[in-house]
Amino acid sequence: MSPLATSPPVSGTGEGAAHDLLPSPKVETARMVGLYVVSVGVALGVIAVLVLAVGHAPGSVFTALYQGSVATPGALGRTLDDTIPVILVALGTLVAVRAGMFNIGQTGQLVFGAVCAAFIALKVHGPGPLVLILALVCGLAGGAVWAGLAALLYAWRRINVVISTLLLTYVATQVLDYLVSSQRFLEEPSSSPIGALPQSAILPANVDLPHPGAYPSFGVSLGIVIALVIFGAFAVLMARSPWGMRLRMVGANPTAARRFGIRVAAVAGGALVISGALAGLAGSIMLTGEVYRITGGFANTFGNDGLLAALVCRDRPGWLLPVSFVFGVIRSGGNYFLSTGVPDYLALVLRGLLVLALVFPPVYLERREWARRLKAARVLVLRGSRAVAEKGSVS
Amino acid sequence: MSVSGDTSIIISGIIAESAPLLFAATGEYTAERAGTMNISITAMMLAGTYSGIAFATLAGNLVVGLVAGVAAGLLVAAIHANFSHRLAANTFVVGLTLDALVLGVTDYFSTAFKPGAAKFTPVSVPLLSRIPALGTSLFEQPWPLYLLFLIVPAVWWIVQRTTWGLEVRACGENPGAADATGIRVNVRRRQALYLCGVLSGLGGAFLSLCIVGTFNFDMTAGVGFVVIAAVIFGGWTLRGAVLGALLFGSMSAMGLVLPALGASVNPQLLLALPYLAALLAMVFLAKSHRAPRALAQPFSRGVS
Repeated sequence: MSPLATSPPVSGTGEGAAHDLLPSPKVETARMVGLYVVSVGVALGVIAVLVLAVGHAPGSVFTALYQGSVATPGALGRTLDDTIPVILVALGTLVAVRAGMFNIGQTGQLVFGAVCAAFIALKVHGPGPLVLILALVCGLAGGAVWAGLAALLYAWRRINVVISTLLLTYVATQVLDYLVSSQRFLEEPSSSPIGALPQSAILPANVDLPHPGAYPSFGVSLGIVIALVIFGAFAVLMARSPWGMRLRMVGANPTAARRFGIRVAAVAGGALVISGALAGLAGSIMLTGEVYRITGGFANTFGNDGLLAALVCRDRPGWLLPVSFVFGVIRSGGNYFLSTGVPDYLALVLRGLLVLALVFPPVYLERREWARRLKAARVLVLRGSRAVAEKGSVS
Repeated sequence: MSVSGDTSIIISGIIAESAPLLFAATGEYTAERAGTMNISITAMMLAGTYSGIAFATLAGNLVVGLVAGVAAGLLVAAIHANFSHRLAANTFVVGLTLDALVLGVTDYFSTAFKPGAAKFTPVSVPLLSRIPALGTSLFEQPWPLYLLFLIVPAVWWIVQRTTWGLEVRACGENPGAADATGIRVNVRRRQALYLCGVLSGLGGAFLSLCIVGTFNFDMTAGVGFVVIAAVIFGGWTLRGAVLGALLFGSMSAMGLVLPALGASVNPQLLLALPYLAALLAMVFLAKSHRAPRALAQPFSRGVS
């Protein structure tokens, strides 16, 4: 499953052949940019038509998106708050994918991490900062444990990680639902109105993550610092450390990695656990820095946003921050839709179309590139066989 | 309430909960055997529910609705198949995106055009429907239900006994070897996914046209993943998938019926059971529950 972009060109060809087979980087970049412009344009065009069809001005959706996400300092703060979990989840996913472990259960790991953090924040009484740190650490550990279950099943029974993480996600969601709807665990003790969805109590103010500034003016939780520091640390570790090298070797060719003396299962399982830990941390930062209480719908597709962000920029890890920010923009802008009269389900459509538009150009160019190389190789083979035929048969 | 009345309610409940799962699980089985871990199945079913009931009320004809549901499922499958098995886009990106996209699109359309109510009336099979206790619940059902008795054996025969099926299974096990023998792997995977779209769309249309009778927002929430759990639980055999769908359908029917009969049951445990059962089946039946080896792995010629 090595990414096409890093695969060597068809080997065993002469000098002229290499020239035929390699694409020119400048042309490729120009094409890629052009294709991105076209496909994003098509996605936005479709949205405009859909908005027009239900009787709104087509521009209103883009105005709402802009105003709700980056136009005012307060909106930008909210966007950044919404970007934090996406960055952390996406970063973990990239680490796991590097090692060839396809974790698609981020939602479950995020939820289980948040559950652990909520238990600490609500049940442990002590000095605020201490409890906060304990909650974050437990959230991290909770996510790690949930992903660790999948890693154990893989080590023990070779159960495909894709399958186990997917199944465990739905188990985690039900665990959360059970805990928040039972008074013995997380449900708010005061009687809530009948018919309301069960929820936990609001976290005590002294265990909240510091959040300088509040909505009308710019403000973002301290989580952004945590996320960026972790991102920087992993960027360096993955690019420069022996561990990063091992990770890449295991992902690229586990058999060769084993021959080199790398403990493949430990590295791959470790990457999966790290991915879960970061998702759990993302959940606990959401809980202590933005939402302040846990409910059945707590995950709110943040796990999937992170997964999508990671897979969109899988071959270009440098894009992780901007792509995560785009997800934050769509979310905070989408939340703003209703207040401007634009139906909010259009945010779902917009997000879906934009992801497809971001996915399309690289895979399309890859396919074209491979078709071109195969054709060029075929021409070379034909030319070679013709030359052999002209020289007479080989003895 | 009489005992036969109770059984009849329970069996009707089980059928209502399992039938959509059965249609979709048959499709998902085919797609997974070809190597696609198809998580856009929720989207396919949801598209089928809306399109089915919308076209049925528009045309005033239920069969048109059924066909429209199939077409909608096929459309979602076509997007997924061409993104992941023509271009090599990651199947989970496409699947998750389609799930959200179709949720938004059906919401959009159901606001723009709110479909009315339309429902197949039960057809009673002569003689059989008069069997005491079981008759009315088993043999007095809307006729599309009986399509299952045609579709499930047909799909089994196609996948297990035809050349096409053999090629599909080869693509799921070892796409490299399949390619070397001249099978066009991505073509077969696309075709298997189209079949999955058709059956899931039918399952969705069955849900809205035969069971509920109206369209509700996000009415297939979670159903698609129960279908995937059923295929895993069944160890990637059609027999197992059908068994899983029946079992999980019965579980959710019990969740509705038991409280009415005065028994208490933990709803969260009931909802988590399909996934736990699928996991446990994989852990304890590891020998027979082997996933297709190339499940969820993309295939491109020239790269291994």
